[in-house]
Amino acid sequence: MKEYTITVFSENNIGLLNEVTIVFSRRKINIESLTVSESEVKGISRYTIVAFMDESKVENVVLQLEKIIGVFKALYFEAEEIVHQEVALFKIANSSKLNGNLEALVRNQNAKILTVNPEFLVIEKVGYKAENQQLFNELEQYGVLQFARSGRVAVSCLQKDFTKYLKEFVA
Amino acid sequence: METATKAENIKEMNNTGETLSGAEILVRSLIQEGVDTMFGYIGGAIMPVYDALYDYQKELKHYMSRHEQGATHSAQAYARLTKKPGVCFTTSGPGATNLITGLADAYLDSTPMVVITGQVPSGLLGSDAFQETNMVGLSMPVTKWNFQITKAEEIAEVMAKAFYIARTGRPGPVLIDITKDAQVQKAEYKYERCKGIRSYQPVPKLNMDEISAAAELINSAKKPMILAGQGILLSGAEQELMEFAEKTNTPVACTLLGLSSFPTDHPLYVGMLGMHGNYGPNMNTNQCDVLIAIGMRFDDRVTGDTSKYAKQAKIIHIDIDRSEHNKNIRVDVPVLADAKQALTELNKVVSGSEREEWMQSFKDYYRLEYEKVIEKQTHSSRERINMAEVIDCLSEKTNGEAVLCTDVGQHQMTSARYYKFKNPNTQVTSGGLGTMGFGMPAAIGAQIADPNATVVSVSGDGGFQMTIQELAVIRQYKLPVKSIVLNNSFLGMVRQWQDLFFEQRFSYTEMDNPDFVKIVEGYGIKAKRVSKREELQDAIQEMLDFPGAFFLEVVVETESNVLPMIAPGAAVSEMRLE
Repeated sequence: MKEYTITVFSENNIGLLNEVTIVFSRRKINIESLTVSESEVKGISRYTIVAFMDESKVENVVLQLEKIIGVFKALYFEAEEIVHQEVALFKIANSSKLNGNLEALVRNQNAKILTVNPEFLVIEKVGYKAENQQLFNELEQYGVLQFARSGRVAVSCLQKDFTKYLKEFVA
Repeated sequence: METATKAENIKEMNNTGETLSGAEILVRSLIQEGVDTMFGYIGGAIMPVYDALYDYQKELKHYMSRHEQGATHSAQAYARLTKKPGVCFTTSGPGATNLITGLADAYLDSTPMVVITGQVPSGLLGSDAFQETNMVGLSMPVTKWNFQITKAEEIAEVMAKAFYIARTGRPGPVLIDITKDAQVQKAEYKYERCKGIRSYQPVPKLNMDEISAAAELINSAKKPMILAGQGILLSGAEQELMEFAEKTNTPVACTLLGLSSFPTDHPLYVGMLGMHGNYGPNMNTNQCDVLIAIGMRFDDRVTGDTSKYAKQAKIIHIDIDRSEHNKNIRVDVPVLADAKQALTELNKVVSGSEREEWMQSFKDYYRLEYEKVIEKQTHSSRERINMAEVIDCLSEKTNGEAVLCTDVGQHQMTSARYYKFKNPNTQVTSGGLGTMGFGMPAAIGAQIADPNATVVSVSGDGGFQMTIQELAVIRQYKLPVKSIVLNNSFLGMVRQWQDLFFEQRFSYTEMDNPDFVKIVEGYGIKAKRVSKREELQDAIQEMLDFPGAFFLEVVVETESNVLPMIAPGAAVSEMRLE
């Protein structure tokens, strides 16, 4: 089993997300993370899906995704073929326990403080999943009230101009 | 008569932009798409549509099934014979869920269908209203496309899209769910046929490099073999296949659904593939040097153990569905194309040579199969009639020219093995899903599609009882369908597996059957039972000569197994003759 990042471009229609996930669930493949939002072209959604599967099956999965009416294109990548990140938000109680150490930690980790108010503060970090996890582990001593992470977003290292490619569909 | 005048000028009425109810828009959309026949069952949530149908009885003939599953199978057979999408109407809730089997069957067997289900009013969606089921969610895994309409103004455009998707590319079933309020609402009617969808490319652009690569393999092959699937029939490539086979002098084997795509009396025809296919084509799958698969999908019933499947051969796979390439079997040359398109191009560049020894090997295998199996079954010395005797006799008496609709099980495999199909598209069966209860309602659809054809349904005693209520359709519409039940008082194919692989532990396969003749007579259909060999020929002749519907029960041997057989998990070349 290998980790793959699958990118799907589709219409922004009701039910398509369901159709996309059925391709995974019928093969009993768990989705580790899934991010869907509008692509650079209005009306076309971009999915970034992370899942572990057999090398022999990933091509079949992608072709079955592409077969869905409403899907323009589906592609799969291994880790080295993409540049990817996740966003993490940490909500921490604002108390006397906080001191200069927190600020140093935030700075060292390339994170930033988004909001500060008398009750809590929110820290944001963009990074790999493991990096965001690392920050969470270090922040735990201050009491993390909430920790939310986005799924992976990724762009591929392919030469293809996807922006142009997608725009051709709506042209 | 008001019904006649209302729709007389339907084509002109098309673009007048007049305001109509959603139900009438739906009905007009069907007429615009060339629909003249449909199947269905009325109920609460589809009543406005049926009310609109009442005004279009001249243009649209509706056949009322006795269970929604029956309607789907009739529509499937209608679609397979006419090559037009089969149309079904049902209500919401149980009416709609009863369609699921038919949709799944049509999806696996690439049958074009447009199925319309009523739905509760849009304001009640998601509230567990009376007879509400989430049909879009339920049908998603078994449809090519589906859509829920909640506004009358959406109907015309969605219907155009539904028909376009169902019939183009690899055909398949489409489900359209229409809320009751959308059926009642008024909207402006303007119909335009769908010409394309930006996220759907039904006909791939032919890649000539793939054609060249395929031709190169074909032209240098010493022992090639063609696997012909339903794609031949769907694309109407029977002539092209014949030309291809003759030009390259290549033996042709058919998949179950590919049967009738190539005449069984042609010298290059070598039989059926798969678990209960013929010995030669299965054994030689693991002997050939080039395997040319056309419009088939390497189903596990065809391949057996994939790790031992045609390992020695170069494989060419022509299919219109890209996701089929390398799905079950790794192929050397995938050709993404419609079968007819690919064969037309290939026929310009291929050639063949004498293959006497290669063809002889099929003949040798056939002789072996004949001695070990065929002769014993068609000329049985046992007391009870063998299924093969019935099909053999039927094939002879109909000259292989009937439309044969089969159910699922031993009788289906026996029919596929022994019926000598002469003409394209004359077998209708449930292949991928293996739906018991398919055969008789399918025969209804086939007879409606081709009123002059001799349509024979062959079922087992198990499957026949799964949709037996559809006899009422034969009665109501006076269809001259001939139904044969091969009664062995068992679920024969399951019994066969219990016999061979479960130490003869016949767990719940024996059936205490009703008096079929009496039941069928209750529907007002002529019925007869035979159990003696000497009565069989005359009974089949009587059935075929009878001017209307006829039911024939043949009491057959219980212990007989369908042979040869590739045991589950075994390789094609491990096919057993006994």
